[in-house]
Amino acid sequence: MGFINSLKESLGSWIDRIFKKKRAKIGLYGPPNAGKTTLANRILHDWSEGESLGVASPIPHETRRAMRKEGVVIHANGSSIELDIVDTPGMATKVDFKEFMAFGLTEAESKKRAKEATEGVIEAIKWLDDLDGVLLVMDSTEDPYTQVNVVVIGNMEARKLPLLIVANKMDLPNASPARIKAAFPQHAMVQISALEGSNIDNLYQAIAAHFG
Amino acid sequence: MDLISGEKLEKMTSMEKIRLILDKVKNGKIVVLECGLTSDEEVRLIEMTMTEIRVDEFSGIEIESYPSKKEGSFLDKIFGRTLKGRMTVIGPANQLRTIEKDKYQISTKVSVGD
Ligand SMILES: Nc1nc2c(ncn2[C@@H]2O[C@H](COP(=O)(O)OP(=O)(O)OP(=O)(O)O)[C@@H](O)[C@H]2O)c(=O)[nH]1
Ligand SMILES: [Mg+2]
Repeated sequence: MGFINSLKESLGSWIDRIFKKKRAKIGLYGPPNAGKTTLANRILHDWSEGESLGVASPIPHETRRAMRKEGVVIHANGSSIELDIVDTPGMATKVDFKEFMAFGLTEAESKKRAKEATEGVIEAIKWLDDLDGVLLVMDSTEDPYTQVNVVVIGNMEARKLPLLIVANKMDLPNASPARIKAAFPQHAMVQISALEGSNIDNLYQAIAAHFG
Repeated sequence: MDLISGEKLEKMTSMEKIRLILDKVKNGKIVVLECGLTSDEEVRLIEMTMTEIRVDEFSGIEIESYPSKKEGSFLDKIFGRTLKGRMTVIGPANQLRTIEKDKYQISTKVSVGD
């Protein structure tokens, strides 16, 4: 068995090399509500027969467990790249259950959600060790210069791994990608609406260019 | 508000720094680090914060860091030398609002010796 498996593996990597199929494990990171799951679902919808990776919701910390989808092949710029997509829980430096009660959750539900949210943040951090690159998703209507964004960027820079900033929610009137660009001028940025799908082809091209 | 000098920070290990910061912030203090944490320390601080969040006791931290391109800031005067690294302000969640992004207000708070 061991021999067959290792034969399969070496054959697999040999085939990969011949056909130059690039593979990358990419994490979607960002603060709660930035639109990570909406974007993950759109990527899967466009390239993986319409499955979805998780539930998107206006209540922050909707994703509290990282979700991975293997083998999503994206074609762009005349080449193809095979992605493992990891939708991570929103990263935060604070979690207050009262915030969830404002969305109509009961106190018990809110406290449970808060506990799970803190675990989710830790899980998102652990995943940083196991990635080839990051899509850092930001809500373009919000101040980009936050600790979460700074920490994710600093970490990827320290690891010398590629990072692409996704300026999301461009459909909203007060979206300001220029503010994001000004905060992090050293990194490539693509502006999209994950909800409406606008400009999404530019994102796929950037993904192929950055992670390929 | 507690100031921690770069000199003191340099002598501490990562865990000691994180423990010191969290203990102070959990006691309601705002901590000012003369020079910031490394990106690895920042991640570990967030991780530790998450494990210590308790309903009705501690809901986390807020962090602001200020690029220290400008020479001659108020901390230079206090410590009598030039800054290296980012100055970082860390406080309990929802209590940093008043000083957020307002360098002038930070300097007044510090000089008052709060
Ligand atoms: N207007 C607009 N809303 C969006 C867009 N993308 C996501 N949203 C909305 O923003 C909210 C949060 O979206 P999610 O995809 O759940 O965000 P998330 O980053 O996965 O959030 P967590 O899992 O809580 O960290 C939802 O109500 C989405 O419908 C966008 O491009 N434009
Ligand atoms: Mg999500």
